[in-house]
Amino acid sequence: MALEITSAATDPAMFDLPWSIPLEDWPAEHLAALPRGISRHVVRFVRHGGTVIAVKEIKADLARREYAMLRALGRLDLPCVKPLGVVTGRETLDGMPLDACLVTTHLQFSLPYRALYSQVLRPDTDARLVDALAALLVKLHLAGFWWGDVSLSNTLFRRDAGAFAAYLVDAETGELHAELSDGQREHDLEIARVNIAGELMDLQAGGYLEEGTDPVGTSSQIVARYRSLWSELTGVERFETGDRWRIDERIRRLNALGFDVDELAMSTDVGGTTIQIQPKVVDAGHHSRRLLRLTGLDVEENQARRLLNDLDSYRAALDRLGDSEEIVAHDWLTRVYEPTVAAVPREFAGKLEAAEIFHEVLEHRWYMSERAGYDIPIEWAVADYVHWVLPNKPDERSILGVDTVAMPVLAWDDDEAEPRQTR
Amino acid sequence: MATVTFDKATRQYPGNPTPSVDKLDLDIADGEFLVLVGPSGCGKSTSLRMLAGLEEVNGGRILIGDRDVTNLSPKDRDVAMVFQNYALYPHMSVAENMGFALKIAGVDKTEIDRRVKDAAKVLDLTQYLERKPKALSGGQRQRVAMGRAIVRSPQVFLMDEPLSNLDAKLRVQTRTQIAALQRRLGVTTVYVTHDQTEAMTMGDRIAVLKDGLLQQVATPREMYDAPVNVFVAGFIGSPAMNLVTVPVTQDGIKFGTHALQIDRAQLSGLGSSAIVGVRPEDVELTTNPDGLALTVEAVEEMGADAYVYAVPQDKSITLDGSGEGALAKPFIARTDGRKPPMKGSTIYVYPKADHLHVFNPADGLRVN
Ligand SMILES: Nc1ncnc2c1ncn2[C@@H]1O[C@H](COP(=O)(O)OP(=O)(O)O)[C@@H](O)[C@H]1O
Ligand SMILES: Nc1ncnc2c1ncn2[C@@H]1O[C@H](COP(=O)(O)OP(=O)(O)O)[C@@H](O)[C@H]1O
Ligand SMILES: [Mg+2]
Ligand SMILES: [Mg+2]
Repeated sequence: MALEITSAATDPAMFDLPWSIPLEDWPAEHLAALPRGISRHVVRFVRHGGTVIAVKEIKADLARREYAMLRALGRLDLPCVKPLGVVTGRETLDGMPLDACLVTTHLQFSLPYRALYSQVLRPDTDARLVDALAALLVKLHLAGFWWGDVSLSNTLFRRDAGAFAAYLVDAETGELHAELSDGQREHDLEIARVNIAGELMDLQAGGYLEEGTDPVGTSSQIVARYRSLWSELTGVERFETGDRWRIDERIRRLNALGFDVDELAMSTDVGGTTIQIQPKVVDAGHHSRRLLRLTGLDVEENQARRLLNDLDSYRAALDRLGDSEEIVAHDWLTRVYEPTVAAVPREFAGKLEAAEIFHEVLEHRWYMSERAGYDIPIEWAVADYVHWVLPNKPDERSILGVDTVAMPVLAWDDDEAEPRQTR
Repeated sequence: MATVTFDKATRQYPGNPTPSVDKLDLDIADGEFLVLVGPSGCGKSTSLRMLAGLEEVNGGRILIGDRDVTNLSPKDRDVAMVFQNYALYPHMSVAENMGFALKIAGVDKTEIDRRVKDAAKVLDLTQYLERKPKALSGGQRQRVAMGRAIVRSPQVFLMDEPLSNLDAKLRVQTRTQIAALQRRLGVTTVYVTHDQTEAMTMGDRIAVLKDGLLQQVATPREMYDAPVNVFVAGFIGSPAMNLVTVPVTQDGIKFGTHALQIDRAQLSGLGSSAIVGVRPEDVELTTNPDGLALTVEAVEEMGADAYVYAVPQDKSITLDGSGEGALAKPFIARTDGRKPPMKGSTIYVYPKADHLHVFNPADGLRVN
């Protein structure tokens, strides 16, 4: 059978990878790092033309399905890994057929949750991860995606100005509909609750969780967080005709949560004394879109919020409230943001994303100013930060753990005492 | 333990023109292993979620035992939806791996211990309870994964394609294990799959769904021997039943030169043609000009048996799926592996008299 690569981006160099070898035996020279854990399928990170790709060996029909699903999710602008292609028709040199491969782009600066837990953590890390996952689930559900395997291991996390932004990594079980029924959403929530509790209990048993953390409690939080976000985003609100300010108020609340309202349904009752509103189409990325429009910077939502705040204080401090927002934004970018980021030595560039460094420098300046009792200029803050803080941070550009939590169940030939550890 | 009844249960998703599950009538006996099977999108998961209390029921009722649960929340139904995460947590002991779902459900510790010990006994895992999964063999790990479901001891188990992402070998092993275990425990189980082989090997009875409509409920044997319509006939069995559209004359159904014996009364319902179904193993194959003339395209030898792939010489004869635009589908016959016909040769085939399936092309229903 002939090797066949289905891909949206034509990349002939992809043929040069050793597809005739089972993925778990790929020579080290191709690999970006050796995987640390075991996942259900064999997954490897591979160096490829200056980037890193993730290759997962999986049955052809499932690979095609997952590829198509990830593409569909990407078109809907949902946070997920980017699919590169599907490789089928693989066989060994002596003609034995091999499973297909799904190829995705490695998501830079993403952190599998297990990698996070092997670092020193801020105390509320579990809560922040669960928040990010709840927000991701709401976004997916709003778009009509039923996940079917919601878990921490199927999510990648990126730092986002003190919080986390969550990305979907495993779409194998997903289904896309025009709209989900309440039952489908409840089903996903139940799956999330059980999986997350299991994953946290496992970390606890391994001694990675802080003393006093409650896996079951934390996992139920996802349900609570999800529900409150969902009802804020989709709930019906009624008020007297005179209270029309509540329309603006609702939109402002949604903006603050990071959502734009693209369509709002409004109606009055028969007598015309009460108004009823309900957001119909909401779009995540309120702050990041605004920042992108003003500065061309493409960053996570909370980072964008942070950067916009700094931009606003820049504008106020320079007394340029009368100038056009675009012009001030351009000045801020070239005079504040870019010099700050450029002050980071090249060798530290792999530690954190630029926008996250900027956020940390702002935090650092705040602490320095508080200690000093006066405002510290950002130039001093970045110098101090680069000298004292940044060198001690781990490199997070390419944390390459295949970090599925689970120990796979294996086929057995007899009840052998020593299991094969290969899959 | 309990019976399960779907009583004209209907679910239509908002925005859809037709119900995804349409007036489903199904009685499941206490302790029965019922498999819901059908192609993707036929309504299997929806039916299961309706039973679990996760999907709103728009019409009809659902009963567990004598209790109408149509409007009960999932936690008041005493059913366990088993999503088989066939993977174990490496830092947790076997006992913890088995009991964790109970812990989430808020069951107290002594009760968890008791149920885990009971399950371990059933699964022959008692001496491994304190070990980590890494120290177990493949078969033991598999039993631990099953123990997770058992400890919940619900009235009804619900399983939605639990084997779909396992590799072929593990899938075969696991389905045997699940079926054996279910029989041992005797807990009523509704199991969903799109794979008819899985359905046939596991179920006490099988319910075939298509486009939200129940086609047939029967034991695997009945389903195989007497499919009620063309869809079930083509769906159940592997390789699939040959479905040949042939002319009907005064004297009966003409399968090439062979006249098929069929009841006068049954014949009268048919128009000028009939769809004749014959399973590959029920084919009489001769070189005498008796039956439908076929040209052999390929022969697959499997030791004792051989599969013969052949196409009708009379091009007006259509095989199901061979119509315009569709890939030509060959007629498949199983024959003696020691003397299979040669590729390119002409053979004649007709159905064995006691294994004949006749369907009316007008409505697809079985007539004999
Ligand atoms: N594109 C990617 N970028 C970063 N990490 C990835 C990527 N694809 C897979 N991974 C890592 O590999 C792990 C296993 O991948 P996943 O698709 O969940 O496989 P499985 O089907 O075996 O669960 C994920 O948990 C994630 O840590
Ligand atoms: N949220 C939804 N909105 C509209 N249609 C849906 C929704 N969920 C499922 N469906 C449709 O209902 C039918 C049955 O789906 P499902 O029960 O998932 O099928 P199966 O499990 O047999 O593959 C399919 O046609 C599917 O597209
Ligand atoms: Mg996964
Ligand atoms: Mg389904």
